[in-house]
Amino acid sequence: MFEFSAFSLYDAAFLAIGGVTILGALGVVLFRNIIYSALSLVFTMLGVAAIYFQLNAGFLGAIQILVYAGAISVLIIFAVMLLMDKDARRTNLPTPRTKAWFAGGTITMMMLASIIAAVGFTEWPKTALQGVDNSVGMLAELMLGDYVIAFEAAAILLLVAVIGAIILAKGVENR
Amino acid sequence: MEHLFTNLAAAFTGWMITLGLSPVWADIILLLVKWIIIITIITLNIIVLIWLERKVSAFFQERLGPNRLGPFGIFQTIADAIKLLTKEDIVPSAADKLIFKTAPMFFIVVAVMLYTVIPLGQGMEVINLNIGLLFFISIGSLSTIALLMAGWGSDNKWSLMGAVRSVAQMISYEIPLAFSLLGVVMISGSLNLQDIVAAQDNLWFIILQPIAFITYFIAATAELNRGPFDMPEAEQELTGGAYTEYTGMRWALFFLAEYTNLVAVSALMATVFLGGWQGPWLPSWLWIIIKTYGVILVFFWVKWTFPRIRMDQLMSFSWKVLVPVSLGNILLTGAGIYFCKWMGWC
Repeated sequence: MFEFSAFSLYDAAFLAIGGVTILGALGVVLFRNIIYSALSLVFTMLGVAAIYFQLNAGFLGAIQILVYAGAISVLIIFAVMLLMDKDARRTNLPTPRTKAWFAGGTITMMMLASIIAAVGFTEWPKTALQGVDNSVGMLAELMLGDYVIAFEAAAILLLVAVIGAIILAKGVENR
Repeated sequence: MEHLFTNLAAAFTGWMITLGLSPVWADIILLLVKWIIIITIITLNIIVLIWLERKVSAFFQERLGPNRLGPFGIFQTIADAIKLLTKEDIVPSAADKLIFKTAPMFFIVVAVMLYTVIPLGQGMEVINLNIGLLFFISIGSLSTIALLMAGWGSDNKWSLMGAVRSVAQMISYEIPLAFSLLGVVMISGSLNLQDIVAAQDNLWFIILQPIAFITYFIAATAELNRGPFDMPEAEQELTGGAYTEYTGMRWALFFLAEYTNLVAVSALMATVFLGGWQGPWLPSWLWIIIKTYGVILVFFWVKWTFPRIRMDQLMSFSWKVLVPVSLGNILLTGAGIYFCKWMGWC
């Protein structure tokens, strides 16, 4: 658990970053204005990226910013703005249906239980902290070496999804 | 002269440690001092840059440009800055106040963060990050959010139109931007900007990667929202795009951030393609300034020479020309490296 005697600058930074991330995540859910929710999502993504940076996984952190904070959040905001209702202040209201509350609560509890189980039952190696110097190279070797088929399959899957989205949006021309 | 600033930094850290601070805190304070110096330089430099741009544009259009205040009108920008500082701060009553007010701050913070990784000289950078180049690209992608916030928060059709345009443009041009830098990364084998500079010891990457240089230059012009790709502002059709409703200092912050981005991207181009701080005779920090200003002048030249292009042409140019060309460049570079290794030249 957390030891206050060994409270270091590292822990303080983690608490600050984690706080921003959690506040951002709460904002996504609790804001009544969906634009605010989307902007909170950006802060959450930035917080997650900062945690990656702190864990010495700079490559993951930069990709997190580039893909999630820089592109996906922007696309979400974009879509929201184009499909928006007149009154922005009442676009992300909590659902009034009790059934939805039960379903959402059950799924949240199951997620929480599985995360707690995963963290609790994993044997974490308790060796001295050793930063990885060349995480980019190691990632490259894994993704383009050991797991290259899965990597390429994911790429093709995404391409198919993109083409499918375009056809769904524009329709097929009958000639 | 060469080690002037690195020696100063070392002396400063040493002095703080003699004061009884632990090395960690000394490093943190040194980091803060570096930031303060960089922000000061950015703010003072913009005065010169705006004057320079007005003079350059005047030269291209056979005018005189600013010429009343001081020699060659050099105090004109300072007078403008004072005017902007004293102007009334107008917030539209229908605007989303929080988003409207935070957008310029977000924009300037993101712009300043770009300077974290740029090597300003031998051993002179805020943080020597292993993935510096990637960090630069990813932080640069965040400025779309600031423009989107400004466009949305203003509650004005021109602002929103400008924001939508800028987002469409910046997301499309990010792809060739990153792809064109990949060729350089493949040759130097590192994402660390100091390593990339060191790899250009004998030969600048502009000679090995001319296609990448041109595609990067075009994509960067679009990312910076500068002419001929200044669709998001397009005064004649959008009255100023996302900045339409901004006045006084808030507008000035956007302006400052745009120039901050311009200097950062120019410095990155100088670092990645023009040998960075390497050069004969003069100290390294002077070389990077000279090269950066050279790139900035080319940006000015392009802006004041070409007319603005249409939005649909802009988008199709990115997807149908720049993306295939930069992908082809990666293929060519890979084949070249393989051939070079096969022949035993490198």
